[in-house]
Amino acid sequence: MSRLRRDLVWIPTFAVLVAFAVPWPLWGVDRVVAGLPVWIWWHVAWLGLCTVLFSLFVRSGAWERGMGRGRESGPGSALGGDRR
Amino acid sequence: MTTGLSLGVVVGYLLFALAVGLVAYRVSEATAEDYYLANRSIGTVVLLFTTFATLLSAFTFFGGPNLAFAAGPEWLIVMGTLDGVLFAVLWYAIGYKQWLIGDRHGYVTLGEMLGDRFGSVGLRALVAGVSLLWLFPYVMLQQMGAGEALVGLTDGVVPYWGGAALVTAFMILYVVLAGMRGVAWTDTVQGLFMLSVVWIAAAWVVSAVGGVDAATGAMLDARPDFGSFGGGTYTPGFIISTAITIAFGVTMFPQINQRFFVAKSGETLKRSFVLWPVLVLLLFLPAFMLGAWAAGMPVEVPDGANVLPVVLNEYTPAWFAALVIAGAMAAMMSSSDSMLLSGSSYFTRDVYRPVVNADASERREAWIARIGVAVFALLAFVASLFRPGTLIEVGDTAFSGFALLALPVICALYWDRTTRSGMIAGVLVPQVAYLAVVLSAVVGAVPTLPRTVAGGWDVALGLMVLSALLTVGVSLVTAPTADSDASRFAVTGD
Repeated sequence: MSRLRRDLVWIPTFAVLVAFAVPWPLWGVDRVVAGLPVWIWWHVAWLGLCTVLFSLFVRSGAWERGMGRGRESGPGSALGGDRR
Repeated sequence: MTTGLSLGVVVGYLLFALAVGLVAYRVSEATAEDYYLANRSIGTVVLLFTTFATLLSAFTFFGGPNLAFAAGPEWLIVMGTLDGVLFAVLWYAIGYKQWLIGDRHGYVTLGEMLGDRFGSVGLRALVAGVSLLWLFPYVMLQQMGAGEALVGLTDGVVPYWGGAALVTAFMILYVVLAGMRGVAWTDTVQGLFMLSVVWIAAAWVVSAVGGVDAATGAMLDARPDFGSFGGGTYTPGFIISTAITIAFGVTMFPQINQRFFVAKSGETLKRSFVLWPVLVLLLFLPAFMLGAWAAGMPVEVPDGANVLPVVLNEYTPAWFAALVIAGAMAAMMSSSDSMLLSGSSYFTRDVYRPVVNADASERREAWIARIGVAVFALLAFVASLFRPGTLIEVGDTAFSGFALLALPVICALYWDRTTRSGMIAGVLVPQVAYLAVVLSAVVGAVPTLPRTVAGGWDVALGLMVLSALLTVGVSLVTAPTADSDASRFAVTGD
């Protein structure tokens, strides 16, 4: 149960990931860092962060629990209901 | 000589893709499920690239760099956010849910899934009809892009109609012969090809102008406004509404939505989801930055021409420029192949079989699908000859049209109380309203309705909100019909 409750954290996490993939805090900033405008580096780093967090979301099992499928997978069957 | 070489590179590529399709055809069984879904046996790499390659189109490859060239590199942020992050989240929320449901009930199309859930042939045909409607301009867009690309490549030796016709013929031949398995495999080849070629192109051009610092410096000298984030075209309204309408629209594109049913296992979807943001960035960064950097290069971009080929012609050898154009055409072909194939399955399964001939054999259905592809592609080809707008305008219209389907579908997937009337109202009303906006720009006799309001906010975004309100509101005041079955969308237990 506490696990499911902890999973709810993913909803605001995803919202923040989407909202700040656009570098709003750098609106109007024109500094160039390492050859590119600094807000492009923000975006590049942000998408990297997305991949890391998406990977965590999948590995923690929240991916399955989010669809209500955490428990009923029997022994021997991989999570995710693989087709055979 | 150069024209011969360029044509040779392009035709060589097309023949290679056909060979891949024929090999796939030999290992396929001639059933409808295999034709459309490759028997649901597509693995991670192929699923990832087949989805990736179908997002690549004239819109991304020519439209993107053009916009970055004209208005600044912020387009990278818009596309990266919508494709890399928002689409990935929807991939889970819509895609994985659909995969789970499709796995249980063997659905092949969105309309089939919704029609079965709500016990309504009418809803099924409505969803298919709406999808085919917006698919038409998008297929047309690829033919326009391909025609223009061949004109540019051969310096007008191959006329616009000739290029569009060649690509149309090739698309029909390819889809008719190979089905999903063939399309999926060429998508993988094309996706890898595009990723490599665009990075080589960026490296080549950047080293020719003296490195990244020099390229950005020249860009800022020519267009100081490109350095600061936002401004000009890129208002908050434009960024937010473009990102939302395109990302939601993409999930409802038949060729993308059908991908949600094809994965071999849930693991495949998970791995694709994790890799998605990085893969998207790897393509967009070099492609759009090349467009933005071109603003500071001493190149002359004629009116209506695409930036990327001009830059490549200036800084790289002719054979390489031809190879990149071949890559762009590959992407457009791949988009068109997938669209035509999915469109044909929407037509046969959701319109022809339930409405016209319920007893059609699988063989007959497969042949109707092939004939449907040919007719649809030919009609789109004829329409593409009139060139009713720019690539971006035509593409944007199609994305927004599809986006209006997304919220009612999400509602149906997650809210058991959704009713058939709610779905029909939520789909039909916004579609009619948006069609009126789009047609008012084409038909001269009526005043043109505005497409954006108050500083770049797209009216389609407002209509998306309307679609959600209608679906929920009408569902609350109507009772579920006897034929509907909410348990169809349950994904837990057995």
